[in-house]
Amino acid sequence: MSDVTLRSDTDIPDSMLPEDSDGEVKRHVVEIDSHALNFGPQHPSAHGVLRLVLEMEGEVVARAIPHVGLLHRGTEKLIEYKTYPKALPYFDRLDYVSPMCEEQAFALAVEKLLNIEAPERAKWIRVMFAEITRILNHILNLTSFGLDCGALTPALWGYEEREKLIEFYEAASGARFHANYVRPGGVARDLPAGLEERIADWARTFPKWIDDLEALLTGNRIWKQRTVGIGVFTTEQALAWGFSGPCLRASGVPWDLRRSQPYDNYDKVEFNVPVGRQGDCYDRYLIRVAEMRESVKIINQCLEQIRPGPVKVRDHKITPPPRREMKRSMEALIHHFKLFTEGYHVPPGATYTVTETPKGEFGVYLVADGSNRPYRCKIRPTGFSHLQAIDEMSRRHMLADAVAIIGSLDLVFGEIDR
Amino acid sequence: MADPASNPPITVAAPRAVSGPLGVIAFRLSTTVAGIISAGIEKGELVVRTTRHRLLDLMTMLRDDPRYACQQVMDICGVDFPERAERFDVVYNLLSVTHNHRIRVIVTTDETSPVPSVHQLWPAATWWERECYDLFGVLFTDQPDLRRILTDYGFDGHPLRKDFPLTGYVELHYDEERRQVVYGPVDLVQDFRNFDFESPWEGILTLPGDEKAHADRQDMKRQG
Repeated sequence: MSDVTLRSDTDIPDSMLPEDSDGEVKRHVVEIDSHALNFGPQHPSAHGVLRLVLEMEGEVVARAIPHVGLLHRGTEKLIEYKTYPKALPYFDRLDYVSPMCEEQAFALAVEKLLNIEAPERAKWIRVMFAEITRILNHILNLTSFGLDCGALTPALWGYEEREKLIEFYEAASGARFHANYVRPGGVARDLPAGLEERIADWARTFPKWIDDLEALLTGNRIWKQRTVGIGVFTTEQALAWGFSGPCLRASGVPWDLRRSQPYDNYDKVEFNVPVGRQGDCYDRYLIRVAEMRESVKIINQCLEQIRPGPVKVRDHKITPPPRREMKRSMEALIHHFKLFTEGYHVPPGATYTVTETPKGEFGVYLVADGSNRPYRCKIRPTGFSHLQAIDEMSRRHMLADAVAIIGSLDLVFGEIDR
Repeated sequence: MADPASNPPITVAAPRAVSGPLGVIAFRLSTTVAGIISAGIEKGELVVRTTRHRLLDLMTMLRDDPRYACQQVMDICGVDFPERAERFDVVYNLLSVTHNHRIRVIVTTDETSPVPSVHQLWPAATWWERECYDLFGVLFTDQPDLRRILTDYGFDGHPLRKDFPLTGYVELHYDEERRQVVYGPVDLVQDFRNFDFESPWEGILTLPGDEKAHADRQDMKRQG
């Protein structure tokens, strides 16, 4: 890895050399010509537990070798031992910055194998919360990206705004992060009274926040010096390295699963797909800002079109009966008991179902064998292929640029390591 | 345990339900391309089964032929079926952003027969293949970087195999005397409890003492 040469050096003053126990100064020093730098696993700009071994030539990165798996919890193995309803909460804990989008992927995969479809209101709720999740994710990514490059204020403002969104999560699901809300067959429960108005009020004020963020960063000279022309990835490179989501669009590919392979009610809303041209860190930033504006548009359309109605399929072998009914009806009690012990049986088959999560394509390859547990549940994390390209992307860049590149790729290790 | 993938058809399957652009591709693949075991639509998704030694040719064609144009490999993963002779499925999920279609390619292998690597076609395949090797022990030829990726440095075994226990074999703890984190055998305070919640009326096909009648029924079913 590095050339270690031992030499006797008389140019170094005695005061700088280590002393032996008997007070004698050692005259042998080790000099390393090109050095390997351990970036992480505990480093604030590594966005979690990334261990990046950087081979440096001076201050220039010659090679970047990511070591992942420090947060590996065996999610896929655990899911094989859980019934379908019990497997769902693991998806919140993958990409813990955008929980509901990942639940949606699993719910859609199970629904496809069960051959059921969520009711209309549930689909609108899912789309709305998927977009709220997108904003949650992009706020955290953009502001922490700013923090990596020395801009502190966006992070302070961002957390305040995120708090409002997390409160919507809490109102709908009862939990601030690990929602367990989007279930196969619909959503866990209906929105509480007044939540739609609160979201509408917030959606009116949020574009102003995006303007403020842009005022801080978009035209900022330091920000542009740190990001423009850094980590450039061409269209061909981005496709070959399996990029998806904002990173792929920044490289000039107009590809959005919400548009090209719509799921739930994304075919009934209108939105633009922002596409970049340069494929550098600045473009990836701009794409995410533009996506937040589109998300607000989608949320407003959801609020306009959402109508009262059931939020889960009526088949109580798949969704639990209401508690009220359970106290009176024997059949409902049996359904409830069977659902939370045995779960439901999914007919044999396999599906690769994808959703456009804020970070890109999140896929679930689900193999069912007819029992009440998944035979195999492969999770296709988005950041995995982005992180893999970091060697190619940061080569011949300065060390500080590697930090900017990590920030722009939007990595979360909960999903990469699974 | 009913399992559709455990018995892959050996002959070229007659393409059924040919409709839509995916059906056209399935029909074309199964009739014109050599070395494809089957190509068909399953649950609305195009699934192509092939053999290990035909894999690279097929993948190169799927990437370079403008009719398929799969620019991206989105996912490579393994599935373990221990009761089969070739126990592993290696599943490639390909995506074409120009044609907006997905093609799933499946090959089978066992613990010792390597699968040709596709990292020359898509550099993104390297980590997926490393992951498949790490979790299942599937070997890939011409893969220069076949290291473990998700498990610990020096980990032993392949955890996603069906015969690997959920709790594993080793656990970590901090050793006060040696002042470092050390591995030791797993010590469970309570045995791992694997509850079988399946209803006896649905799980059991033959009632105890009723085996002969069940066998007769199966015979009658087989004869039609």
